Amino acid sequence: MAEKDPITGVETTGHVWDETLQEFNNPLPRWWLWAFYGSVVFAIVYWTIYPSWPIGKSYLKGVMNDITYKTDAGEEITTHWNTRALLQHEMQNGEMALAQKAELKKIEGMSYDAIAKSADTQAFVQSFGKGIFGDYCAGCHQTGGIGVIGAYPNLSDDAWLWGGTTTDIENTIRNGHLGFMPSFKGTLSDVQIDETAHYVLSLSGEKSDAGLAANGEKIFQGQTGGCYLCHTKEATGMKEQGAANLTDQIWTMVDVKGLTSEKEKLDAVKSIIEKGVNRTMPAWNSRLDDTQIKVLTAYINSFGGGK
Amino acid sequence: MLKHESIETNAGLLIVLTLVAIGIGGLVEIVPLFYLDGTIEDVKTAEGKDAVRPYSPLEIRGRDLYVKEGCYTCHSQMIRPFRDEALRYGHYSLAAESQYDHPFQWGSMRRGPDLARVGGKYTDGWHTKHLYDPRSVVPTSIMPSYPWLLENTLDYSDIKERMIALKKVGVPYSLTKVEYDLNVEKFGKKVADTLDINNADANLLAQAQAENTDGDAARVTEMEALVAYLQVLGTMIDFKAHDEHEFIQFR
Repeated sequence: MAEKDPITGVETTGHVWDETLQEFNNPLPRWWLWAFYGSVVFAIVYWTIYPSWPIGKSYLKGVMNDITYKTDAGEEITTHWNTRALLQHEMQNGEMALAQKAELKKIEGMSYDAIAKSADTQAFVQSFGKGIFGDYCAGCHQTGGIGVIGAYPNLSDDAWLWGGTTTDIENTIRNGHLGFMPSFKGTLSDVQIDETAHYVLSLSGEKSDAGLAANGEKIFQGQTGGCYLCHTKEATGMKEQGAANLTDQIWTMVDVKGLTSEKEKLDAVKSIIEKGVNRTMPAWNSRLDDTQIKVLTAYINSFGGGK
Repeated sequence: MLKHESIETNAGLLIVLTLVAIGIGGLVEIVPLFYLDGTIEDVKTAEGKDAVRPYSPLEIRGRDLYVKEGCYTCHSQMIRPFRDEALRYGHYSLAAESQYDHPFQWGSMRRGPDLARVGGKYTDGWHTKHLYDPRSVVPTSIMPSYPWLLENTLDYSDIKERMIALKKVGVPYSLTKVEYDLNVEKFGKKVADTLDINNADANLLAQAQAENTDGDAARVTEMEALVAYLQVLGTMIDFKAHDEHEFIQFR
């Protein structure tokens, strides 16, 4: 050690390769050394302020860095720094969190009419509602509530299976629904299903065979099919059962309007009579709170399909 | 005296000492978590039982498929205590909620959304549709399709061995009457029944048939297992029944 390179006079490590290749042992740059000492000091300060070293079954909790928050009962708690307390403190004191809470509090006491009329509240509903709708509803009902034909109902049109008033929408979100229509394969013969489908198509002005439709009407309106029990004698649907209005030219299970040939339309309707419908809308009352449900209702109502 | 030069010129020694230096850093951070009070929160139900339970046999198989299909490479299961995460995903994850996970699925990559509280958010039918073809329900999704989940019959012939393996690393599945009674005490009878290794096959079949995602009651598909697992994620604790203060106290 402490050998010196004869040419530069710099201390070397004494390692020599290929006869003359040496490793210089230059001192560390001063700035680097101070940065290193600085980081040591920083670490010690950090350990002191934030929770750090374990001691027995506990640990150093940190000093001069306490966080205060309130329990549900209103008791004020002061604790050492930790991310959970920090979040709770922010939810109770943060500017944005409080602003949001104030808006939600206001909505809690407002009627749906008042929400729709107040431009400020409506703006909040659009922004907050977009978030929760996107998170909880759009997976099925799609952005803007346009739905998926055959699976998830459209929330932006005029047809409401379970009712489109704010009370109905709120109830649907809160408690969910089981959309059920039995399968008629086996109950009705193939011919009867064909006749019923002709009648169903005739209800909304689609082309159908008048003779077959007349037979289908008897099945629909009589005990053979019993379709009227849910869809009603007028075939305008029943919201207590979530039964569709068959006269309004709006199709939720099969895309009759999107099909061109008469045969395709007929087959589409027949397939539903044969398979039935089995859909679930989950209940949200355990996951969303009352005010969130209210905002969602107002948001969905604003799609334009609300009544 | 250990000299700079002797370490630098001896690769074996250098490796050993490097491992020791890194090891100290790791051990100091990890080991205390095993004995510190409050690492895992004690969360009870209204009946005074443990809120978080080990997975049922069907959920175990679903979880294995979750790992097998590599879901964790894009989905985390760890909601951090930030306001924006609370707004999007729900309550932050508790250590208690992954105490029976071996290995845990916290992850750090969120190419897709966090799944720690996906349970109950969508219907079984939605999950089936979505896993079969994600674009059919989320047009902008970049998730791959997993159609074989619906085609593959679930192999659960080794479900007992899987539970025994988990039991060995500390998950309280029961083999004996004594262990079963302890589980009844800890989780209540209903849950304890699902943790009984001796009835694993029957329990798995019963849960799959009750769920019956694919519409064929006689057949248990991989889809049914995976959906059962997804539907239980993050649902075990009823956060409305707890004051936030309870969870903060553990930190």
